[in-house]
Amino acid sequence: MKAAAFDYIRASDIAEVCQALNDGGPDCKIIAGGQTLVPMMAMRLARPSIIVDINAVEELQGIGGDESSLVIKACTRQAAAERSPEVRAKAPLLAKALRFVGHPQTRNRGTVGGSIANADPVAEIPLVALTLDAGLVAESAGGAKNIDISGFFHGLMETSLAPDECLTEVHLPVWNGGGVIGTGFQEVSIRAGDFAIVAAAVQLVVDESGVCRRAAVALGGVAPTPLRIEATAEALLSSDLDAETVGEAAHLAANEIDPGGDVHASAEYRRRCARVMVERAIIEARDEALRRAANP
Amino acid sequence: MKPREISVTVNAKRYRSEVPPRLTLVDYLREVLGLIGTHTGCEHGVCGACSVIFDGQPIRSCLMFAIQADGHEVETVEGLAEADGGLSPLQDAFWETHALQCGYCTPGMLMATHALLRSNPDPTVDEIKEAIGGNLCRCTGYQQIVEAVRLAAKRMRGAHPEAGKDTIDE
Amino acid sequence: MSSEAPDSPRFRYVSRKRRTKEDRRFIAGEGRFVADIGLPGMKHVALVTSPHPAARIDAIRTEEALKIEGVVAVITGEELAQATNPLMSGLNLPDVRRFPLAVDRARYAGEWVAAVVADSRYIAEDGAELVEVDYDPLPFVVDAEEAMAEDAPAVHPAHGTNVLYRRKFVYGAVEEDFAAADHRLAFRACWGRNSTVPIETFGVVAKWHPGTGTLDVWASIQMPKYPEQIARALRLDANCVRVHYDVDVGGSYGVKRGIKHTVLVGYLARKLGCPVRLIEDRLENMTGGDAHGPERIFDVEAAFNGDGEIRSLRLRALDNVGAYAGRAPLQLAKPIGAIVGPYRIKSVEYEAISVTTNKTPQEAVRGFGQSPTNFAIETAVDKIARTLDRDRVEIRKRNFIRKDEFPYTIPSGSEYDSGDYHTVQDKVLDLADFPALIARRDALRAEGKLAGIGIASCLEPSGGNAAFEPLFNPANETTTWMESCVTKIDLAGTVTSIMATASAGQGHETLVATVTGEELERDPDGIRVVRSDSLASLPSNSPVASRMAIMLGGAASGAAKILKRKLIDIAAHNLQLPADRLVYEGGNVAVRDDPGRSLAWDELVEIAHRKYHQMPLGMEPGLQASYVWEVPKGGELPDAAGRVRMYPCYSFEAHIPLVEIDRQTGQVKILEYFIGHDCGTMINPDIVHGMIYGGIAHGIGAALYEIFAYNDDGQLLTGTFMDYLLPSVHEIPDIKMVDHSTPSPLTSMGQKGTGEGGYLGAPAAVASAVNDALAPLGLELNALPMRPGDIEALLRTKSE
Repeated sequence: MKAAAFDYIRASDIAEVCQALNDGGPDCKIIAGGQTLVPMMAMRLARPSIIVDINAVEELQGIGGDESSLVIKACTRQAAAERSPEVRAKAPLLAKALRFVGHPQTRNRGTVGGSIANADPVAEIPLVALTLDAGLVAESAGGAKNIDISGFFHGLMETSLAPDECLTEVHLPVWNGGGVIGTGFQEVSIRAGDFAIVAAAVQLVVDESGVCRRAAVALGGVAPTPLRIEATAEALLSSDLDAETVGEAAHLAANEIDPGGDVHASAEYRRRCARVMVERAIIEARDEALRRAANP
Repeated sequence: MKPREISVTVNAKRYRSEVPPRLTLVDYLREVLGLIGTHTGCEHGVCGACSVIFDGQPIRSCLMFAIQADGHEVETVEGLAEADGGLSPLQDAFWETHALQCGYCTPGMLMATHALLRSNPDPTVDEIKEAIGGNLCRCTGYQQIVEAVRLAAKRMRGAHPEAGKDTIDE
Repeated sequence: MSSEAPDSPRFRYVSRKRRTKEDRRFIAGEGRFVADIGLPGMKHVALVTSPHPAARIDAIRTEEALKIEGVVAVITGEELAQATNPLMSGLNLPDVRRFPLAVDRARYAGEWVAAVVADSRYIAEDGAELVEVDYDPLPFVVDAEEAMAEDAPAVHPAHGTNVLYRRKFVYGAVEEDFAAADHRLAFRACWGRNSTVPIETFGVVAKWHPGTGTLDVWASIQMPKYPEQIARALRLDANCVRVHYDVDVGGSYGVKRGIKHTVLVGYLARKLGCPVRLIEDRLENMTGGDAHGPERIFDVEAAFNGDGEIRSLRLRALDNVGAYAGRAPLQLAKPIGAIVGPYRIKSVEYEAISVTTNKTPQEAVRGFGQSPTNFAIETAVDKIARTLDRDRVEIRKRNFIRKDEFPYTIPSGSEYDSGDYHTVQDKVLDLADFPALIARRDALRAEGKLAGIGIASCLEPSGGNAAFEPLFNPANETTTWMESCVTKIDLAGTVTSIMATASAGQGHETLVATVTGEELERDPDGIRVVRSDSLASLPSNSPVASRMAIMLGGAASGAAKILKRKLIDIAAHNLQLPADRLVYEGGNVAVRDDPGRSLAWDELVEIAHRKYHQMPLGMEPGLQASYVWEVPKGGELPDAAGRVRMYPCYSFEAHIPLVEIDRQTGQVKILEYFIGHDCGTMINPDIVHGMIYGGIAHGIGAALYEIFAYNDDGQLLTGTFMDYLLPSVHEIPDIKMVDHSTPSPLTSMGQKGTGEGGYLGAPAAVASAVNDALAPLGLELNALPMRPGDIEALLRTKSE
């Protein structure tokens, strides 16, 4: 399990990354944390001719933003995001999901942007990014561009990023106003720390009378990409999130999806787990919001 | 691809080497530097046998290329011993509790828990489990490993009395 | 948990908490594993493997691979087969031939077809990618029952059938007992294909010395008669092969038997004139490493009375051994030595069927077939209890062999040496506070949860003998199953023992030092234990069969006793008194009635090494002794009915887990795990406890997580650590343990084996707990592993 030979470029700034990608052609690949790329290379399922290492690019590290949006630079370590008070305050759903991502050793190396660009349909971070309707920024030699995440995931580990583009920033909108936020992240995996069989992410806003004013729901592991489940989110709006509404909303999610099966889980098992995970994530989010409303 | 020169600090000692870009960090440590205490178990980032500390944080050395470590610092099991060459309290606790059998996963376990105790001198059992959740051991069932880390934490806090209270009965 | 066995006051060092001898080097990163062996000029091997489960190999083109700079050689099965003898099989199957590299035909996906040798493993893999093989895919079969069909594709056409072994053993009056019983039940239980999957893969380094005509071998090995098998296959005299036993083995639990790897590498080293190393990578290990474990379908019938007495069992075990036989079919034979478990069952019918398919071959796995069989037996006992609406513990205690019945001969001919099953069961019930545990389960149920308590017992046959070999293969008359130890006291008075096998974490150095120290009354910390090589040492049968505490411990005791006797005789000569008037204490010998008159250890050593004039006439100079011990109660061939005395010693365990099942996802969480065990005298309690914890974790893997799964295309789907799921620390509960000791009358210090028991009992116990949780719904699941999707699918049948 040794990678095929490749050439290596360590970039020191974004311009260098873009230049290298531009010069390197389609067999040129960015390495960030490498937690997925390196195993793929070891199995020779991936064999880039050049890898461009972005770990030394300081512009790609850090967490910032303003009142309306949390900005995570693409090469920020998952562990750094996990420890960040800012992430906990502004994107509590991401903070919650990060605990499900691999293990300490992989989070110390794996990056937030790398996981999104890698687009594994059962990975937690792309799922959260989709749930929160993240804005992405990518750069190439031609300049920077904004990418709407709704069009970003194209298929199994495929995205709209062109081979010469580097994901640079992830903008997670901060939900302000209208009530109290609650988040839910639930997944079923066979072992702790494994990729999920199915994962559900939910973020809600509940007003002072307990009515749901805003909702976002998404599922991972049920399609070649993470999926937003709008029907479920809509079903929750204006309700007081009673058990019956939540149950029906979760049921809608199961009807929206057409999962595949594999050695770990049949398609039917995935579908049924999707309903259960969505239901539990909504309840988790609702209860958290109500708790926070009661103890502001 | 032709070899490239790198400079890596391992266990506080600086090494200059020529490496092909595809050489993994674990193969570099073992085959180039002869630091064979770090082991490979799966070479695809699951078993944790190759865990080392990189710039202060535990990572899997099969998931990095040596060339990426150029200019960085690595700590391995060979660097755990005390300045006088004696065992560290963590190593001694592993011995005391028989926290290993075949010894193959042990260096990885030691590095993962060494990093834990450095940042958290009084970990709970759940925190210990989280720290070694990505380190597979087939011999021990993990029980005596968790016990060893608790014992080491207690003894290390004892050596620095301000650091916390006892949580384990010996 | 008590840390000392009840009988520990008998001992000075044995059964005491003592640090092990081995751990010190491992925690310093100073273990020396096979991948740590580096030799000048060493070359590296990568394999070319078959992508097809069955295919004719029409052509292999190596030119492109050989063009790569650094590729030294590429060899094919044809070349290797011409130069070597076929690998040995446990059965007499002349038409099921096996070579390290496939010859003409590949029989499973992942089978080695060619080997590439290069300056580095990186370059060898580059070369392997460029070897072109023309395959003509053939029909294949991966399911054991389908493989038995008349028209099934033949895995080995020359053999004529896919059935490698089939025999029905009838022990006792089965027909009559079934006819006379009040009740009968029948069920099917399936054991999924799992294995031991050590964190270190198999590896071997070989170097040929033309000047001396010897092949040096360093390997990650746990294998009886390994040097002899290599030599035979390589057409060398056995004394041309030197296997170095001082290589640390990174876990084995049975499977580290890389004969094919070693024959390949040995051949290459000789052909190429340089040291050659093959360290399996994880992908090679999981497929072409030939180290899967049993995969069994049991059809079980039980006959029992209304009062709970189990009268008779019928077991049919169909095992899918994969593409080649090896020793795997014998894993159906060993369970005959404990075919009634710990129960007073008077008769048993046992049909063993071994079938070859286009899957990866099996290797010996912890317990050598006993764990699946125990799962089947314990499942039967649970079902009997449920049928009679009786308590599962009560049914077991009703049928346990009583402690006053030992030695107890079971219908298949084996004799259980000793035990006190009722007491161990009671101790674990106390440990678990069983009424409180039941209350906790019931409280969970009252909350609407699915909760269950598992009850399982198991015997660990230990000590090992080869009796299953002649039983399944009459051409093989092996009844000798010995172990040796050499101990010497040097001129300076320090003690060194030499053992003749490698270790894989079982603590053999600690064992030998502790036992030797106990006999000689010298501190084990000062005793060095050396793992020798195969040419310099006496015979060993390696650490299989839970045998080393018994057999190596016995051999070490034997050698130390000879030395102690010699020290006493030297003292007697010099004190001019008969030996029976002397006492030996701490290495010094004194006159019993006049303790002031004595000779100290150093003086005795001095006489033995330097003062021949003070030695008894004719006594061998120096202080050294060897002892070779035959397994107690070994030495008999099976009778015509297949009755045979197998292993000498029987350890016992009683397991009690508490589980909760997520009603909606089918996920099982183990909330509690209690175990009571009795392996006689514990030489080192920490080692015993570690083995049991680890065995239980391994068994939890088999019960819930681990499976080598194949798809309909004959491809292994779980060939990486991302898909073959070894339990992590998060999946293993805090295990609470209680010790008991019923010494064996057959061993030097009353010890029995303990390396397998956790794995023998845990799968049955976890399955029992899951089924207890499912029972209120009228559901049951008797197939392992019980993965969330399987359980959820079953639960859904009830909710719809």
